[in-house]
Amino acid sequence: MEKENNIAFSSAATTRVRQRKRSNEVIPEPIKANGGTLLVDDRNKYKSMWIRTYSTVWMIGGFALIVYMGHLYITAMVVVIQIFMARELFNLLRKAHEDKHLPGFRLLNWHFFFTAMLFVYGRLLSQPLINSLTPDKFLYQFFSSLIKYQMAICYFLYIAGFMWFILTLKKNMYKYQFRQYAWTHMILIVVFTQSSFTVANIFEGIFWFLLPALLIVINDIFAYIVGFFFGKTPLIKLSPKKTWEGFIGASVTTMISAFVLANILGRFLWLTCPRKDLSTGWLQCDPGPLFKPEYYTLPGWISQLFPWKEISILPVQWHALCLGLFASIIAPFGGFFASGFKRAFKIKDFGDSIPGHGGITDRMDCQMVMAVFAYIYHQSFIVRQGISVEMILDLILTNLTFEEQQTLLLKLGQILQERLQHS
Amino acid sequence: MQKENNTAVPSSATPRVRHRRRSSEVVPEPKANGGNFLADDRNKYKSMWIRTHSTVWMIGGFALIVYMGHLYITAMVVIIQIFMAKELFNLLRKAHEDRHLPGFRLLNWHFFFTAMFFVYGRLLSQPLVNTVTSDKFLYQFVSSLVKYHMAICYFLYIAGFMWFILTLKKKMYKYQFGQYAWTHMILIVVFTQSSFTVANIFEGIFWFLLPALLIVINDIFAYIFGFFFGRTPLIKLSPKKTWEGFIGASVTTIISAFVLANILGRFHWLTCPRKDLSTGWLQCDPGPLFKPENYILPGWISQWFPWKEINVLPVQWHALCFGLFASIIAPFGGFFASGFKRAFKIKDFGDSIPGHGGITDRMDCQMVMAVFAYIYHQSFVVRQGISIEMILDQILTNLTFEEQQSLVMKLGQILQERLEHS
Repeated sequence: MEKENNIAFSSAATTRVRQRKRSNEVIPEPIKANGGTLLVDDRNKYKSMWIRTYSTVWMIGGFALIVYMGHLYITAMVVVIQIFMARELFNLLRKAHEDKHLPGFRLLNWHFFFTAMLFVYGRLLSQPLINSLTPDKFLYQFFSSLIKYQMAICYFLYIAGFMWFILTLKKNMYKYQFRQYAWTHMILIVVFTQSSFTVANIFEGIFWFLLPALLIVINDIFAYIVGFFFGKTPLIKLSPKKTWEGFIGASVTTMISAFVLANILGRFLWLTCPRKDLSTGWLQCDPGPLFKPEYYTLPGWISQLFPWKEISILPVQWHALCLGLFASIIAPFGGFFASGFKRAFKIKDFGDSIPGHGGITDRMDCQMVMAVFAYIYHQSFIVRQGISVEMILDLILTNLTFEEQQTLLLKLGQILQERLQHS
Repeated sequence: MQKENNTAVPSSATPRVRHRRRSSEVVPEPKANGGNFLADDRNKYKSMWIRTHSTVWMIGGFALIVYMGHLYITAMVVIIQIFMAKELFNLLRKAHEDRHLPGFRLLNWHFFFTAMFFVYGRLLSQPLVNTVTSDKFLYQFVSSLVKYHMAICYFLYIAGFMWFILTLKKKMYKYQFGQYAWTHMILIVVFTQSSFTVANIFEGIFWFLLPALLIVINDIFAYIFGFFFGRTPLIKLSPKKTWEGFIGASVTTIISAFVLANILGRFHWLTCPRKDLSTGWLQCDPGPLFKPENYILPGWISQWFPWKEINVLPVQWHALCFGLFASIIAPFGGFFASGFKRAFKIKDFGDSIPGHGGITDRMDCQMVMAVFAYIYHQSFVVRQGISIEMILDQILTNLTFEEQQSLVMKLGQILQERLEHS
């Protein structure tokens, strides 16, 4: 039976047909006797709902455990997810026949994957890594030089892969090989962009990873539930089981949950504090003005109906409204893209790792779009100005030697002195 | 007739078949004289004349633009990349499907414009801010544009993404997704290398000019050596390339790199970085890389030649690495282009340049070299990435006066504590 609106992550390359209960059924697109009928009318829906609910509960439980354990474990989880996603996607458009003639071609894919991993995580984690290692002299020198030449190392690894690709071009297989090469690049770009942004969000504070992810989950679950009970009007030709009722119901629910969840999550320092290094212990910090409650006195008519006289609102809740708006209106386009892709290439699901849901990419298609948005929103509207006194102080302390720092202090002191005298 | 080893720049997407003199000839790959080397062809002199004619014009125009300065070179790079993108967009389109998809070409240009805004916004934000500091209103406007630049580009991209999904038409899904992926690959390739090129230009025209000249020299001399001495084939992908041409060109390129770096390094116009978008003359301290060091030549050389000592700019040793890369690795860009063209049965990328093919045909090796030059410069020439001057710049441009004072106080305290502890 067809299930719509589940936790879906946008697979950039393969669209997810959310119309299969068990992904190993080989049934072409809208063929079955009840193809085209909406979820409300299906008789088997309760059975499939049970299977999906079971998988969902396990996934959410595992996810909650990892969030509790901390930043490093969440990052590890993200990395593991992206390895499996890349594997699914690499395998998707391969043709077994051609691959027999091309030994070592799969290895080339993993070479590029490893290079991309080194590049992306090298850039992301270079600063936290350095901060973790300052006490040990030798490791510090080693990693500092590794970071300094990181771009050059990744470039040479890439060029090596590029030359390897050219030297293994085989007559009559050029077209297949070039397509695979382009496909590899697209997969890696999609997978690594969103995972790098996700990890960057995590180190800014688990809140900025958890809230977007939860909003997508809530959006999917409620779209499914509302569509289950009230769905009548189809939403888009690409995904015939989606309905306007589900969409609107889920949008409203998501925005309300965004407002409420931000309040709940924003009270935990574990979630709101940024992590500057790779430690795993508890965090103490000043979370900043975004997470300090402000009190609003409720207007008279509400306090007659409800016992509350005033409510406390964290300023971050207004930002959460924007996140909720995006999660309900725009993130589903990731799912539509995945659906369209799967129709284009006549694929049922990206894989079959998760019972009832399909492959990992099927779960991640909307999450990927949301993660990128969350990062860009955070960088543009929350991290103010980009440069602050703390950032420059960090820069000075981590990049200059002691003598250089003293020189800088002298020069800056002189310049400020001159300005004072001139003004 | 087949011509090999001309000025070629890697097109990452389509390989360049260097087997056509006039790209309008529709002659399939191995002709009656397929497999014959350049040294044996009778028409080669005529085709060489046409190619030389185009080459001279291209080099002349290029020299003029370099003389005029950073901003004009950047404009030239932008124009070249627009034409390259146009060639590549048109390459794998199918006219039949396109009739059913109105507005699809417009989507390509929407993504192109977004990529342009993103890349050049990041590159030119600092020079732009430095240029408009005098005018208060423009400064505020440009500063806020720069601050929200990433968000603006992201929303433009998402708009294009949603537009794409909403225009998916039944039975054309595969074509549309193929085109979407193709668009992304083109834009990534074209913009990566052009953004690195422009970044190099603003570090000093030297870092743009030297790599470009080395590729030109490598191609020209590989052609010349292959013309006169070519016998042994180099690689199946490009049957007209020969080992003699390859090795001759490598030696020539490395020697020219050493010599050219010396000549070019003496001009301030070429070695000074440009911090803003002005077009006037530059004065600067070019840094220790461009200060001549004198080496006494060993006795046996001074017996043969009248020189007792030579000036070597330290940058010449870096130039040797550039020459090595240009001769050994950059030609792989050309091989990639050749393979691509065979894979998709294309003769040339376009026919803008007589005797050479399209713009992408000329740029395939240049693109690989530009990326290498940027990464080499960032890793090995710009030492450490962060210097006192850079941080001082950032402090003075990004912090208010009060913030600067508080920074001085905090830094002073920290250094004081360190002095006491050590």
